[in-house]
Amino acid sequence: MELKDFNNRNIAPGYIFFEGEKAPENGWQIFKRIVKRSIKGELFVGLWIVFREMIRFDIHTVQYPAEKLEMSPRYRAIHKLLRLFESGNERCIGCGLCEKICISNCIRMDTHVDERSRKVVSEYSINFGRCIFCGYCAEVCPELAIVHGSEYENASEQRAHFGLKEDMLTPLDTFKAKQQQEFPGFGALSDNADEFVKKTPLAY
Amino acid sequence: MNETAVVIETIIKAVIVLSVTAGMGAFATWIERKVLAFMQRRLGPMHVGPYGVLQLAADGIKLFTKEDIIPQNAVKPIFILAPIIAATTAFTAMAAVPYFPEFTLFGYKITPIVSDINVAVLYVMGVASVGVYGPLLAGMSSSNKWSLLGAARAVVQMLSFEVVSGLSILAPIMMIGSLSLIDINDYQSSGVTSWLIWKQPLAFLLFAMAGFMETNRSPFDTIEFEAEVVSGYATEYSGMRWGLFFVGEYANMITVSVLVSIIFMGGYNPIWFIPGALAMLLKVSFWIFLFLWVRAAWPHIRPDQLMWVCWKVLMPLAVINIVITGFALV
Ligand code: SF4
Ligand code: SF4
Repeated sequence: MELKDFNNRNIAPGYIFFEGEKAPENGWQIFKRIVKRSIKGELFVGLWIVFREMIRFDIHTVQYPAEKLEMSPRYRAIHKLLRLFESGNERCIGCGLCEKICISNCIRMDTHVDERSRKVVSEYSINFGRCIFCGYCAEVCPELAIVHGSEYENASEQRAHFGLKEDMLTPLDTFKAKQQQEFPGFGALSDNADEFVKKTPLAY
Repeated sequence: MNETAVVIETIIKAVIVLSVTAGMGAFATWIERKVLAFMQRRLGPMHVGPYGVLQLAADGIKLFTKEDIIPQNAVKPIFILAPIIAATTAFTAMAAVPYFPEFTLFGYKITPIVSDINVAVLYVMGVASVGVYGPLLAGMSSSNKWSLLGAARAVVQMLSFEVVSGLSILAPIMMIGSLSLIDINDYQSSGVTSWLIWKQPLAFLLFAMAGFMETNRSPFDTIEFEAEVVSGYATEYSGMRWGLFFVGEYANMITVSVLVSIIFMGGYNPIWFIPGALAMLLKVSFWIFLFLWVRAAWPHIRPDQLMWVCWKVLMPLAVINIVITGFALV
């Protein structure tokens, strides 16, 4: 294909315009239509297709609790508060940007200045009853402190169960065991992205 | 003495037929789910027992322990009676159907048919049509508009397909000259070429279509099509009453499969090296599979299309078939 093919905006030649079936006018045409509608090979094509799929046995079921799909890093689930890799301190500096940008007003935080004159976050909570998982908070955070995790199994007796600071903050022992996972960033590819790459169906 | 033996033998046969077909009907629900799932690239039931085989036991427990709800405005006695009619007629129809060739057990000759009456075809079709009282009464007593619509459709469908199935089966009966299913079976005893399906292909097609209508399987499942009438006549039923309808439907499926196999596909005559009983099982399984296969592949048709096709296409064809057969016979 060359550039002039792309510049050709007249797509009509490839289109098939269907005029619709003409209404039958006399008895013979009605009869012909009945025969045409009654005896159709398409029915057997349908039978063959489902039978072929059965023989091929290309099953797409994910047996959920036993098997799980890998979540893409772009997936926006319950938030996580991360710690600094060097010191293990909380990354959040209490700047309040996330609280400010949140469009459903569901982040609440409390800060105070500790004895070393540093601002620390004493309380941080997200009301997941209102959060729309837009991802603005994670995007605005200058410290990569609040990020979206991929934990989607959040059935609970209380919707507050996931939204307090101690729920979201990486626990110290997880951190010490080097289990804290860095947020790969928005738009990151999933680990198994290669498997899904296909040739583009277009000609070029 | 002899009469007592016959009575005891009949009772034993009836119990065996009843329990085996009910069991097979239950098993068919599992097969249906599996086959449909495979055709739709799913796995179907997997968790109860190996590959979900015990799913039917789980279903049974569920059906038996479920709360039995009778709607406030329903006509209670009729509401209770309807599923029983549906199930009993489905099983009664099997009384005149032979399943396997005769065999001897402990020196005693056994014919695997509950009762060899000489009007078996008439009997089976008659009892099967009485079965429409199940859906009809259920729909009318439920005080639910979907049920009522389902009942109306059931009657309309019955009136349409009964004509076709009756007329289409007339031609083979004219050729054989007997209404007994055993005679029909014996008529085709000289190999595959003597099957009636070759001599009466049109009658076979018509009867098979009528069979699909009779068991209200897709593409003719107008009377309980979810998208149009919720669950048709069975909308208000739950628990074991609904289960009875279900068992009746599957029993009907088995009866129709057996009928088609006997009348058109050589019945339980041995084919080449395959013994008769096995041949019969294979044929019936093929028909059950066909029911599921068609359900996975074809869309369903509207009730008006169903009536159109029955009265304007199939019935004239059946009559023409009878006329041609008559000319060929004289
Ligand atoms: S994801 Fe959106 S709605 Fe939820 S807390 Fe963050 S900014 Fe607010
Ligand atoms: S934007 Fe980040 S650093 Fe600022 S308060 Fe929110 S979580 Fe803390």
